[in-house]
Amino acid sequence: MNWIEIFRSGISTGTVLLIAAIGETLTERSGIQNLGVEGMMLVGAMAGFKVAYQSGNVWLGLLAAIAAGGLLSLAHALVTIHFQADQTVSGLSLTFLGTGLALVLGDGLTGMTAPVIPSFTIPLLSQVPYLGPVAFANHNLLVYVGYLLVPLSWYYIHKTRPGLHLRAVGENPAAADTLGVNIYRTRYLYTFIGGCFAGLAGAAISVAIAPGWYSNLTVNGQGWIAVALVIFAHWNPWRVALGGYLFGVLRRFTLDLQGPRLLFGLANPFFFNTNLVFFLQMAPYILTIIALIWGSSAARKKRIGSPAALGVPYQRGERGL
Amino acid sequence: MKIPYPVFLKRSQDAPKWMPFVTSVGAVLLAFIISGIVLAATGANPLKVYSYFFKASFGSWGAFSDVIVKATPLLLIGLGCSLAFKMRLWNIGAEGQFFVGAFLASAVVMVPLVNLETTPRWAIVSLMALLGMIGGSLYGFIPGFLKAKLNINEVIITLMLNYIAVLWNNYWIFGKWSEAGFQMTKTFPHSAWLPRLADYAKEIPAFSGMTAHAGILFGLIAAVIVYLIIYRSKWGYKITLIGDNPKAARYAGINIAANTILIFMVSGALAGLAGMTEVSGVVHRLQERISTSYGFSGVIVAWLAKLNPFAVILVSILFGALLVASREIQPSGISFLIQGITLFLIISSDVLLKYEIKWVRPAQETAQ
Repeated sequence: MNWIEIFRSGISTGTVLLIAAIGETLTERSGIQNLGVEGMMLVGAMAGFKVAYQSGNVWLGLLAAIAAGGLLSLAHALVTIHFQADQTVSGLSLTFLGTGLALVLGDGLTGMTAPVIPSFTIPLLSQVPYLGPVAFANHNLLVYVGYLLVPLSWYYIHKTRPGLHLRAVGENPAAADTLGVNIYRTRYLYTFIGGCFAGLAGAAISVAIAPGWYSNLTVNGQGWIAVALVIFAHWNPWRVALGGYLFGVLRRFTLDLQGPRLLFGLANPFFFNTNLVFFLQMAPYILTIIALIWGSSAARKKRIGSPAALGVPYQRGERGL
Repeated sequence: MKIPYPVFLKRSQDAPKWMPFVTSVGAVLLAFIISGIVLAATGANPLKVYSYFFKASFGSWGAFSDVIVKATPLLLIGLGCSLAFKMRLWNIGAEGQFFVGAFLASAVVMVPLVNLETTPRWAIVSLMALLGMIGGSLYGFIPGFLKAKLNINEVIITLMLNYIAVLWNNYWIFGKWSEAGFQMTKTFPHSAWLPRLADYAKEIPAFSGMTAHAGILFGLIAAVIVYLIIYRSKWGYKITLIGDNPKAARYAGINIAANTILIFMVSGALAGLAGMTEVSGVVHRLQERISTSYGFSGVIVAWLAKLNPFAVILVSILFGALLVASREIQPSGISFLIQGITLFLIISSDVLLKYEIKWVRPAQETAQ
């Protein structure tokens, strides 16, 4: 097995989860849980591919994907922030809505080819032994963007003034309100940003990592895995990155398991009985469940919780202003 | 202080009794209008599509029988979801529980667990129904246990379990149970079929060709039972209390963890039974595509019915019609789209039940 290639392409697949999960981290930090990531990613993947295909310009596709994800998220924002609807149900309906929109608008795109995001190798850094060929060789631009997103989003959340406001709104909106932070505006903003990230993550699949439109199989549950990743990562971008890349590598590893006749010197059961492949395909979902169990027990030990106001609507009028 | 928007919501004490009905119906109508606009935008004629919808689902008794076939799993799953949602447990895993139920029910025929030649039909079918319910409830136990003991988000767990269940079924139908290399099992013998209307065509000729099966009776009985549980039993009162106010429930000494697991298992059992009715009543074999997202549509059915078991019956027939009609309509995402929009409008309209909307006039604003 080619380990360098497994890690290299694992990082590439992990980037999709990373982008979506960092967006969702920002949203959840403001107290809004958006379970509609899967739907927003599908709409992003469809819009990105469709616009890239029709215009011949992949950058326009990327912009369309970001806009589409962001616009769709506003439906969730309106319903949960102003109408104070249950965030779980709203997120779920967003997934339905996104899936429906993507299937209807993406009709007839299957089998087409569109321009893709360019890949390149970073000189010098790619020469570093092991790390270079894994992390800096022949990746598409979005992978490198992913590297930058992690420290930037961490710095933004923890070290800047708007980041402080963001955390305050998610932890104690009433207190933030008395200090003059506009709760509604903040929550709208970060729900929108989360949607933009999800749209971008969708396009990262359809015009970069696995180019093409394969109806709802394009995203195939990765949006839900991204939501789980946020919980597993305790709303911390560094842990999101760790989990996302680890996930990508494990996913690629299980795919590669089917190839060789011999596995560690023994007959490879997955090679000789192709039906066992279904168990390999279960791996990402089982891993997600294990990660959630692991993450929740780690959080209990360290007493880390979700943002205190996560999922709780804020109604100012109710306290009589 | 300035208010960021010109309306504000005042918690209303009691919305009139007819309000939930009006908002539900209004939401469905509005969903059709909005979907029509989307349809028109994609170049289709929405009126044509809708009249086709209506004809394809209510145009004849045969078509209506098809609607009942589709409504059966939706009814069972919708009831299970209603029960779980009453406790604010988001069981999105009906799809997976459905598949596991279908799997265990099929095991009766495929293993086989009983002698299919000599055992009477009612016994085989009852055993299949029982195993379907056991399968669904065991699969519901997993998220229930993780939620009760570790407080892990049940939405994610149930979703992941959905994917796992589908792959588990694939392992069997592509492998051991495959019929001559096709991705399905052999056809079940007649003794493992739920009775259908067409079976009685000899006595009543009008029934010939009608595929509606006895599964709908399971659904109707389940609706009555779920109604009695929620509205007429002490247990139902506890469930509602846990859902509305978990703190008060804890002070009252209600065991929330045990009820969480139990409700998840009952909810799963209903979805598993739905899986059984589908393999035993409709396709008569286990195959890959036995569900057209029944598990997810069931969520919407429950919500649209405001978790009322008898309303679930009506709504599942409506959604059954939507599924029948959308079978032949391209693009295939239309029914998803309508479902998503409906659900959004429903949850938005809930605000009308909980609050009175007041406009804030500028004068009022300055007075504050």
